[in-house]
Amino acid sequence: MLRILHQIFRTGVVTEPLTDEVEAEVVMVGARLEEAIRRRFSRSLVIRQVDAGSCNGCELEIIAMNNPVYNCERFGIHFTASPRFADMLLVTGPVSHNMEIALKRTYDATPDPKLVVAVGDCGCNGGIFGESYASLGGVGSVIPVDACIPGCPPSPVDLLNGILALIDGQRV
Amino acid sequence: MSAMRDIITTHFGADAVPGAVLSPVTVSALHLPRERFEEAASVLKKAGARLAAHWAVDETLLGRAFAVYACYVVAGDYLLVRCAVPLDDPTFPSLTKKYIPAFRFERQIESLMGLVPTGHVHSDHRPWIKFEDWPADAWPLRKGFDGAQKLPRVPGEYPWARATGEGVYEIPVGPVHAGIIEPGHFRFQAMGEDIINLEERLGYVHKGIEKRFESLSWEDGARLAGRVSGDSTVAHALTYCRALEGLCGCQPPPRAHWLRALFLERERLANHLGDIAAIANDAAFAFLFYQFTRLKETILRTNRRLFGHRYLMDRIVAGGVSVDLPFDGAELIRTELDELLTEFERLITIYDLSPSLEDRLRTTGILKAELARDLGTVGFVARASGQALDCRIQAPFPPYDQIRPRLVVLDSCDVHARAWVRIEEVRDSCRLIREFLTRLPSGDIKSTLQQPTPDSCGFAVVEGWRGEIIYWLQSGPSGEINRCMIRDPSSVNWLGLEQAVLGNIVPDFPLCNKSFNQSYSGHDL
Ligand code: SF4
Repeated sequence: MLRILHQIFRTGVVTEPLTDEVEAEVVMVGARLEEAIRRRFSRSLVIRQVDAGSCNGCELEIIAMNNPVYNCERFGIHFTASPRFADMLLVTGPVSHNMEIALKRTYDATPDPKLVVAVGDCGCNGGIFGESYASLGGVGSVIPVDACIPGCPPSPVDLLNGILALIDGQRV
Repeated sequence: MSAMRDIITTHFGADAVPGAVLSPVTVSALHLPRERFEEAASVLKKAGARLAAHWAVDETLLGRAFAVYACYVVAGDYLLVRCAVPLDDPTFPSLTKKYIPAFRFERQIESLMGLVPTGHVHSDHRPWIKFEDWPADAWPLRKGFDGAQKLPRVPGEYPWARATGEGVYEIPVGPVHAGIIEPGHFRFQAMGEDIINLEERLGYVHKGIEKRFESLSWEDGARLAGRVSGDSTVAHALTYCRALEGLCGCQPPPRAHWLRALFLERERLANHLGDIAAIANDAAFAFLFYQFTRLKETILRTNRRLFGHRYLMDRIVAGGVSVDLPFDGAELIRTELDELLTEFERLITIYDLSPSLEDRLRTTGILKAELARDLGTVGFVARASGQALDCRIQAPFPPYDQIRPRLVVLDSCDVHARAWVRIEEVRDSCRLIREFLTRLPSGDIKSTLQQPTPDSCGFAVVEGWRGEIIYWLQSGPSGEINRCMIRDPSSVNWLGLEQAVLGNIVPDFPLCNKSFNQSYSGHDL
């Protein structure tokens, strides 16, 4: 136990300080995001992540949004296990033929009003996988999309930025 | 020469024809008559060989029919056994009686190439990766199948394995899971809290990757290989490029080899740290989760700063690498590793001294050594179950032939062992990276690639962080990509998870699953 406490104090808060370049970006995004979320979602934006066919690279960065450096929870962003509690779907990958039905069902199970963000080059337009017998291309070809965050994969900072752009664009 | 090749040529005599049409080859290939294909499996099984991969190819553009390949290996000695399959009788002898993992490979061959395995009473003809709502005659890997077409849906039911009896109930999970992970379906039969059967159903993220390769240039193929499984982008791109370089007879410059190994070990470090974090998290030890993900983040940031990408995507290209180590790079990495290891050792002490972790991880999810061997598992899953397998040691390329990795093999076969193999490998990767930096040769980082000659093959294996990755490439009549066969470690290791969870309680499934952490995308292709 003492070791754990010791390590906690030694580590301190690693969430990026305002002075660091990259950090400044995150914090700025975070602050604006918090304001927007407060307006629209009472300081709590609940996200259901759906992998509709990705290579799993985008998932790595979405998971990284939760690490102590980006710590998306400080902005009121939470990930939920059920689409029924979600305000936003964060969808990765080209939509595979084999995931099309599951994605539509997840979309239908998410209560209105809901936001859909397509993540990564694949989520935006199918990326390198394109359209084929197995890939239906971008998320927008299967469900309505509110915003796209390009990148392969988009970094955690890009993700926070993209979510912000979407929220700010919405009228309360 | 290859001992396995000798065994087969001695046994089959004139029936075993060396792969003359398939030259230049980078691994021994022998052609056998179709009726003796299974016999080779018996002979090689007796010689202690593992069935590493098994696939089919449509060679009609090359003026032949279909062919089925089986890839065997003993101690880094790989052998391809091939039999031709005529167009009017698209069947081949099943190897499932001899090798358990053959049944998954054969379902995949039947589903995607339309060749039917015969001769095994228990042959499982249910589609695999292909779903029951695809038209039955949609065989995408055949040349006559237009990869760009939109697939119609037809009605169909997937016949699940059933367990019945008083008190037996079923829990279907997925494809969309609770966490931020890839989709797949798991069906448990349980009694009380105990799992009595688990059946996996994968294929949800099938993106038609193998077919896609056939419409790309060889150079673009490296980009696609780097997106077969994002977490293994370095390892996949590297295996593809090595197979391609074998096919073309291209020699990357020495410095490129060393930088590739540097990237490969950095990928191993990042993923192992993330996995140790995730295992601790599933055992409800959030403190370690945050600490280890913080360490992982430092690796990613250094990658970005030195090489321009957090996961090093597209840094490995045909003929070498696309980015050099900056002049201050070695120093930066050394400092990074010093700090990382100090922190890592502190955290491992906490990990090791925590009775609550020990209670959850030890004796959970045991994959017995014999099973790990018979299922053909590879990588840390195999090593945690007593199998001394590591291609970096058994089939090394530079610099691993000069700087040998440590082979970490444990025998407790449980979640703890799978975590601990990773812990030891984090330490070893740090050592390897340091030695690479000290002895890094100077010079070019890329050679030019000659265009492949028609009807040639290339084969390569690389030990990614998850285990042995295999690529087999074949060029077509105008030197284009005719076939790209990919065998991710997950293709075999998923079988291990089904067995490891038996007798465990349902709530321990996530922990077992994390300790395996197999790729859905790499499996589904
Ligand atoms: S955008 Fe890139 S990282 Fe994301 S799923 Fe597509 S290929 Fe993978």
